[in-house]
Amino acid sequence: MKNVGNPILKVEGLTVDFLSNDEPVRAVDNVSFHVNRGETLVILGESGSGKSVSTSTVMDLIDCPPGDIVAGSCLFDGTELSRLDADARRNINGRRIAMIFQDPLAYLNPVYTVGRQIEEVYESHGEAGGREARARAMELLQRVGIPEPETRIDYYPHQFSGGQRQRIMIAMAIALKPDILIADEPTTALDVSVQAQILDLLRDLQRETGMALILITHDLEVAASMADRIIVMSAGKVVETGPAREVFSNPKHAYTCRLISASPDGDPAEASNKRATKIGSETLLKVEHLTKEYALSSGAFAPKRRFKAVDDVSFEVRRGETLGIVGESGSGKSSIARMLLRLSDPSSGKALFSGEDVFEMGGKTLMAFRRKVQMVFQDPFGSMNPRMTVRSIISEPWAIHRDILPRHQWKERVAELLELVGLKPDHADRYPHQFSGGQRQRIAIARALASEPELIVCDEAVSALDVSIQAQVIDLLADLRTRLGLSYIFITHDLPIVRQFADRILVMKQGKVVEEGDTATLFRAPRHEYTRGLLQAVPKPKWLMSENEPPAEGADVFWSDRPRSGSFSG
Amino acid sequence: MFSYIGRRASHSILSVIGLLTLVFFLTRLTGDPSALYLPLDATAEARAAFASLNGLDQPVHWQFAEYLKDLLQLDFGQSLRQNRSAMEVALQAFPETLKLALVAITLSTALAILVGSLAAARAGSLFDRIAGVASLAGASAPDFWVAIVGILVFAVGLELLPTSGTGTWAHWIMPIFVLTLRPFGLLVQVVRGAMLSALASPYIKTARAKGVRRTKIIFGHALRNSLLPIVTVAGDLATSLVNGAVVVETIFGWPGIGKLMIDAIIQRDFAVVQSTILVTATAIFILNIAVDLLYAFLDPRIRY
Repeated sequence: MKNVGNPILKVEGLTVDFLSNDEPVRAVDNVSFHVNRGETLVILGESGSGKSVSTSTVMDLIDCPPGDIVAGSCLFDGTELSRLDADARRNINGRRIAMIFQDPLAYLNPVYTVGRQIEEVYESHGEAGGREARARAMELLQRVGIPEPETRIDYYPHQFSGGQRQRIMIAMAIALKPDILIADEPTTALDVSVQAQILDLLRDLQRETGMALILITHDLEVAASMADRIIVMSAGKVVETGPAREVFSNPKHAYTCRLISASPDGDPAEASNKRATKIGSETLLKVEHLTKEYALSSGAFAPKRRFKAVDDVSFEVRRGETLGIVGESGSGKSSIARMLLRLSDPSSGKALFSGEDVFEMGGKTLMAFRRKVQMVFQDPFGSMNPRMTVRSIISEPWAIHRDILPRHQWKERVAELLELVGLKPDHADRYPHQFSGGQRQRIAIARALASEPELIVCDEAVSALDVSIQAQVIDLLADLRTRLGLSYIFITHDLPIVRQFADRILVMKQGKVVEEGDTATLFRAPRHEYTRGLLQAVPKPKWLMSENEPPAEGADVFWSDRPRSGSFSG
Repeated sequence: MFSYIGRRASHSILSVIGLLTLVFFLTRLTGDPSALYLPLDATAEARAAFASLNGLDQPVHWQFAEYLKDLLQLDFGQSLRQNRSAMEVALQAFPETLKLALVAITLSTALAILVGSLAAARAGSLFDRIAGVASLAGASAPDFWVAIVGILVFAVGLELLPTSGTGTWAHWIMPIFVLTLRPFGLLVQVVRGAMLSALASPYIKTARAKGVRRTKIIFGHALRNSLLPIVTVAGDLATSLVNGAVVVETIFGWPGIGKLMIDAIIQRDFAVVQSTILVTATAIFILNIAVDLLYAFLDPRIRY
């Protein structure tokens, strides 16, 4: 689009294998792409599609072995990267090509202050040291929007929020004004409003520096909002490539079509919603003034400070209904789930399940209640015992609640449940690690169904899954609701998903309910400012945004006194 | 932090009291000192006089009460053997042990960090394999055996080094070598493992993407993050050295607290046994506190 010039990076015929048990497994197969100065190239694909491997090869981050670069070339600004010696190669990293990663907490060194980690970029490339490096690091922190950089520069990574950590990673990456910034899922671990801020920051910096941006993502909205051009990867191959608008409005490859149709992005007509058709009038669960307080002790004799994770929350769930609880991390939505399942105790409040107070239950009543309310957790890897077979995982509820099913029927019923959630009966004798994330979530649902519940609490149950798998799991949940008359409490930070699936939505912020309403109304006319903010934070396609936004104020000054660093000396 | 040290100290005092009680009664089970200190043909009167002089004629629980009372006044009793304050005897021997322990643990940690880091950085290489075999051998060789073989070869056979005692720098070589060997072997394994997992961490990728030099990645980023497990194991090993390397000190005739402890037990010099235990227990307490504080210094996420 803008600045159409020679490609700054041209990757051709890249093929990378990984050795697994001495068998080469092809991770990337004959991948070619290029990116021009000032352009944003999005590499779109689901997990395992090889999108990270191809850019890691460009950054020389693949360890060989187990990696094996079988073929291909990476031409950067006229130089073949694979022919450079180690030191010349190292000198390009950070100076001319920089990279940021998905999880900034893991990717920042925990034992050094952020200031020191930024200064290290200057030192490693002999650009500046000592006082000067520190001063420039402070300017960078200011530029990426870290408040009070004079003091925060001496903080450690764990003392920042997730969004701030990603800003610090970005500061590190742009320190030497690189020609290319590779961003590998930079916003996947972040809340939606923070995601919008980070994407804005990347766009501004790109405009200021004229760098090329390679953005790797699995998120269609992020892709649409950032991309000039898109390449779509699947199973290690590039399956589609073209200008962003074209790929989105007229997908050609079957995989791209499937990906785009699977996206839960809210269709204004709401034709494809999966909301409940028949909701009973009977109230299944009635929560009144639920509150959870934590005491923060700051010292033996200091006065106890109190922190309300959940603050006076009331709501109802009717039979057959899906209640969506939406909020960003720290809003208290998971605390509600844990209390409703009696995994933690509330500070005050009531929860009436079929008229009985959940928090008063004990002994046999509690056992009976536990049977009727089940939970599906976010992490399908961590929430299943790796040493149990699928059969024993699913039949465990029957071992606990003896009256559900006599033992001789277990085997048959496991097969039925597996079929119900779209798996095969002969999967019963396998172990969790033999399944993909989506399949494991199906097993988790089968386990929840085993005790014949009336209410299932899904805590970010699809958040860790790829978008096409998300759609399948949501379809399954919707189908089960119709067939079995289930009710759901569906907790998520992802608005497009609840839009399709929930009947009513509760928006939470800092422990409080800020808005409640039926889904269509809430999305059409959000009353509360916070809800509007959340809705607006969902990225809009780039081609729908105005083209000529002015650069951020002071930006030109920031970059003007920076010499164009980095002759290609090495 | 000071409240943390205070809390730890009060807990430790409790365990030291428990330890001293145990030691007090166990030493009394080893037998009657008068059988050792008086000539075989000593009269019954002489024996009674000896017992009464040293309070040994009282019932054991009475002796214990006396001992506790004296402890509160910082009176740790008299050495039967040397006829001077038992604590003085213990404190005279302790620096000898401390010197040996300090050199041995510093040497073994430094060497192990160097060898282990390089082995991890070149995992699978010839160097890594040699380091693996050598460290395993070092960790598994019994120290008394190494000490005796060392004396046979270097002192008796080649006559290069003294067999035992103190005085010249040559007296240091064999005890240090024997005491360094096992900690070195264990630590190489720990360093290598910690470095391998640190080198596979995401922040190492960031450092590589920043263009940081390889030596700085290994020693600046990975090693710095591996120090916690290394400090844990090194602290543990240092504890056992400060405790007095009983066997090695005895074999080489090193006048440290380990040798003193053994001698005092054999000689039924009860007050000296109790004093050596008190000294080493205090040293171990200080060492453990130091290790804990070192954790907080090394990892900004740890606060007390």
